Amino acid sequence: MDEQVIEKIVAEHHGSLGGILTILSEVQAKYGYLPEDSLRRVAATTNVSLTDLYGVATFYKAFSLKPRGKHLVSVCLGTACHVRGAARIAEELCKQLGVQPGETTADKEFTLETVNCLGGCALGPIVVVDGRYYTNVRKSKVAEILRKTRAGLDKPQGNHGFPLTIQCPHCQQNLMDPAKPIDGVPSIHLTLCWNGGRHSLHLSCFYGSFVSACDEEIPVDSVVGIVCPKCGRDLTSEWTCLECGAGMARLLVQEGAALMVCTRSGCKGRRLDLDTILAEETNRPNQE
Amino acid sequence: MITLTINGLEVSVEEGTTILEAAQFLGFPIPTLCHMEGLTPYGACRLCVVEIGEGPNAKLVSSCTYLAEQGLKVRTASKRVMRARMMIIELLLASCPQSKIIQDLASKYDVRQQRFRQEYEDCILCGRCVRMCEEQMMAKAIGFRGRGQNRSIGTPFDIPSDICRQCGGCIYVCPACTLRCTYTEPEKAICGGCANISPPCIQKDHFDDLMCYMDPCVACEIKKE
Repeated sequence: MDEQVIEKIVAEHHGSLGGILTILSEVQAKYGYLPEDSLRRVAATTNVSLTDLYGVATFYKAFSLKPRGKHLVSVCLGTACHVRGAARIAEELCKQLGVQPGETTADKEFTLETVNCLGGCALGPIVVVDGRYYTNVRKSKVAEILRKTRAGLDKPQGNHGFPLTIQCPHCQQNLMDPAKPIDGVPSIHLTLCWNGGRHSLHLSCFYGSFVSACDEEIPVDSVVGIVCPKCGRDLTSEWTCLECGAGMARLLVQEGAALMVCTRSGCKGRRLDLDTILAEETNRPNQE
Repeated sequence: MITLTINGLEVSVEEGTTILEAAQFLGFPIPTLCHMEGLTPYGACRLCVVEIGEGPNAKLVSSCTYLAEQGLKVRTASKRVMRARMMIIELLLASCPQSKIIQDLASKYDVRQQRFRQEYEDCILCGRCVRMCEEQMMAKAIGFRGRGQNRSIGTPFDIPSDICRQCGGCIYVCPACTLRCTYTEPEKAICGGCANISPPCIQKDHFDDLMCYMDPCVACEIKKE
């Protein structure tokens, strides 16, 4: 639990009792649920009693005191959806996920919940998965929805990101690996140094996508070393991540820019720098 | 001073007096469960309903929260009031049948049976203990949690509160539930106040079971385990 995070959120909305809802929903947005420690922290910083906070947190269905899964599946059980057979859809989802409404699957992938109306009564029965609306859902479509969610919601959608071609800044060799596609295109191949070992790391080449694959399980928040798999030279630069303060690895983009990637596992700090590379290129002839 | 009429009797009360207080001043009996002197009026149990106004404008209000108004006509025991009150008692019986106080009320108002699905709760959610804890004990260790069917009273996260001083005030003021004490499940106990009372059988070796005033008895329950 990061105390500073909570204190920052509280400082932004401090003042009235009405700020409590906003504070709690922001804490929930940060952690996916309301951890016990965070509630205690909010109580201590706002001087609102823990009993009141707990009352609010349990009163509203939007708040959850239990960790939720990666994907939130909401089935509408409102009147219109109900007469169109939403109860059967909910039953089918329960069966396929193996959980009851309000529960999370053991693999922490899905949380199933029922809601009372989503306002799209003419389109019922409605199932919403991670903000995506599936309308006129039939029992036979349930498996398809879950499969799609499992496979693809991490994929960048539409104009969400753009692909980059990456080179090593030292040996200028292409680091794209067609043998291991991520998001449907060749991924960036890097070597990761952690705990004395070297592991192969593949990053999505979409700027804006944070999908990565590593052959070793790296605990979240550990800072790793990143070296070029071709020449073996260290890619860590003097730049620090704006999000977490860890060092950043510097990669060369073929189109003419530098891509900074935070070396802290789990951190989404990325930076595309056009100025530095241009400055370096203009400096280079002078140095030689 | 405000003058109002209760059951045809005129009475003058100070501004800010509730109908309940005015009626009690005149000696008209109004049953209450959630009301307690020294705690803010809450209007949760609805037992204190009275009828105000006249003709088609007459309406039922809870007298413990309704402030006296100039010229107000109040009936504390009209047919409509009695019907509403009996219904409330029936509903209370349906949720908390073991409570001595509710049983007594039922017999006083001649409610012989109830028509609803029988439950065996030990709380009517009147909020007396919550207000006691907050307003008199300045602790706020317990509060309402959840909503609707899942509403309950207890400590956050169901773990013993750091603020609770185990004063036992919450048990003391509970109007409905002698079963409130959950000492046999100490981790769930709201106040644990009964732990401060020593059971008579521990002090005396030979003690007749029938004489024991503690039910459920702390000592007996512990021995059983």
